[in-house]
Amino acid sequence: MKKIILLLILGLLIGGCGRKKAEIKEEIVVWHWMTDRQETFAELGNKYEKITGVKTKFCLYAPSDAYSQKIKAAAQTDTLPDIYGILGEKEVFALFVKAGYVLDLTDEMNANVGQWRNRFFPRALAVNEFEPGNRFEIKSGIYGVPLDVTNIQMVYNKKLFQKAGLNPEQPPRSWWEFINVAKKLKKAGIDGFVSGWGEIWMIESLTLDWAMNLMGEEKVFATFRGDVPYTDPEWIKVFSLFKTMEDAGLLYDGIVIMVNKTAERLFATEKAAMAFNGSWCVNVYKEMNPELDYGVFPPPFISDENSMRIWGGAGSSFMVNKKSAKTKQAVEFLKWLTAAPQQTYLSEKTLNLPANQKSLEAIPSILAEFANDMDIVTHPNIWPVTEFPLVRETMNKGIQSIVIGEKTPRQLAKEIQEVKIREEKKRQDAEAR
Amino acid sequence: MRKPAKKISRKYKLKALLTNYLFILPALTLFVVLSIYPFLSMVRLSFFSWSGIGIAKKFVGLWNYKDIIFSNPIWWKSLGQAGYITLLALTVQNGLALILALACDRDIKGGKFYRVVFYLPPVLSGIVVGLIWTWIFDKHGLLNHFMSLVGFSEIIRPWLARPESALTAVAIVHMWKGFGWGFVIMLAGLQSIPRPLYEAARVDGANLWHTFRKITFPLMIPVFVVVLILTILGTMQIYDIIVATTGGGPGYHTEVPITRIISNILNNQRFGYACSQGIFFGLILLFFSLIQIKISRKFKPHF
Repeated sequence: MKKIILLLILGLLIGGCGRKKAEIKEEIVVWHWMTDRQETFAELGNKYEKITGVKTKFCLYAPSDAYSQKIKAAAQTDTLPDIYGILGEKEVFALFVKAGYVLDLTDEMNANVGQWRNRFFPRALAVNEFEPGNRFEIKSGIYGVPLDVTNIQMVYNKKLFQKAGLNPEQPPRSWWEFINVAKKLKKAGIDGFVSGWGEIWMIESLTLDWAMNLMGEEKVFATFRGDVPYTDPEWIKVFSLFKTMEDAGLLYDGIVIMVNKTAERLFATEKAAMAFNGSWCVNVYKEMNPELDYGVFPPPFISDENSMRIWGGAGSSFMVNKKSAKTKQAVEFLKWLTAAPQQTYLSEKTLNLPANQKSLEAIPSILAEFANDMDIVTHPNIWPVTEFPLVRETMNKGIQSIVIGEKTPRQLAKEIQEVKIREEKKRQDAEAR
Repeated sequence: MRKPAKKISRKYKLKALLTNYLFILPALTLFVVLSIYPFLSMVRLSFFSWSGIGIAKKFVGLWNYKDIIFSNPIWWKSLGQAGYITLLALTVQNGLALILALACDRDIKGGKFYRVVFYLPPVLSGIVVGLIWTWIFDKHGLLNHFMSLVGFSEIIRPWLARPESALTAVAIVHMWKGFGWGFVIMLAGLQSIPRPLYEAARVDGANLWHTFRKITFPLMIPVFVVVLILTILGTMQIYDIIVATTGGGPGYHTEVPITRIISNILNNQRFGYACSQGIFFGLILLFFSLIQIKISRKFKPHF
């Protein structure tokens, strides 16, 4: 008898280690990383349940790095939820699509003369779209639903501008106006500029804004393709801008390791006059300092020959898991979530720019300032070509080195080009194998 | 009559053996599933080029290892930097831990209070500790405020953002957080040394230094080995403090092997390559641990 009990216990123990086949619940499970939206999502989910009887469950996994790991691990074990977001670059998005974890939404978007599709800002949708003949060899179509849009620009503190003798209603537009502002701020003993340059993608964003303004998008893409070297004088000029900013005393001492949260705190508490930040900052600043009086302006122009481009597009998007048993319900829920009333509610509650164009009327004026520049946004995810990750890392880390006076712009250009050649050779070797 | 008895005995032994194995089966299963299988998978993946998502993997043999060894200077720099922090931890951190353990081993006033206080930093989250020290090392931080008060205004700087001071500043944060472990282990070791040995030495006229050299130090060697191995393994794998303080910057000045591995997984989608880095790094740690054990055996006291 004892032996039977022992075997039963062992059997239970071993059985407990195995994966129980998941029961299909009448509930749409959504995974996301947006800490500021969890409560509002839950409220909207409850509202949807009252209308349709379909339950939703929003699971928050933060910070975003942890979330990225979570969905990758879930993809490896085929345990992704019905709806989820994909963070990162288009390559990552493409990998999920290729692995069969993302539902093609093109037909749904185009149904009824594009009723669903036409709700959104075209740029927001572009981030979720794969063009015909895309470099990832993915069937062209729309694979994600944008929830909100975003762009990254300069913000400035009007009170500190006034204190430095500057016109608070006239932010700098050109590069030299920008440097003059820097000098005046320095003279007034005000720290000029903060940004999360410790998170290197923020350096990359500003660098490529200026590169596209100075040499045009095509030349930047030609560099990525390997047709133009980084030692080109125009690239050196772009890198030199950071040295000029440092020499003008504009950059906050320690900016090179600063995370964006710190930069947001410094700007919100009026310790710095300008910041380079995304439209999500409106919500952050409101929480940190509701009295903060600030304005928005695009990165200052370097050249009049090409238009300024700023990083932006879909802020966050949701994808439907193609392997889910509830794809139809998930699509219906996303249609409802992106309709104007829900988008307006989400925007009012979380102060993010809505992806639905019709919801723009209800947003605060500072958000509208961000929204005004949606037509000049661009993003690596919609570019026809991308750069090697290591080359990008070398560039971003190298700009940190320029700011701390360790490298000259010319040295950095040479170093990036060397890495570029090495990576290109590696790619060719890999293809030959 | 003897043969059946032997048979029974063998059968009994076999049964007992199987029963024993049956008892360890749940633990063994967990160990195999959670440790051995992932490790072997990692070894296998290190020979592939794989993004970490999807099923498409390309076998590349030893190419990842070749690239790590011969074409990745940043990897070697990160190893060197982790080595520098480890060297400081081995000497300064453990030296401090030993001094404090020796002090607390004596019946000093408030000994129990100090034991709790010294053990506090290791139980705090590395991210929290990193953020607190970021404020201390900031341009307008506590350290610079203190420096200006005592007349050292000329050396004021954002300590974590300058190439000449960033790595040492990170090492200081790590040592502050880590010395408590060494302290607790060494204190336990000191308290296990039989007191009559000290009393006999005192009767023989030995002073403090002699007592330490001839009794404490030799008897503490096994404890030192444990502390040193834990220090090397723990410090070489430093990650959370780097993320919370510098993110590996400025430039590559505070990059360490784990930040490089994570970067390859998260930013570069090179999962196979990151596995190779992990295996390579593990072998280095194993090598140093074996050397250390060998050296400690040589110096082990024989009574």
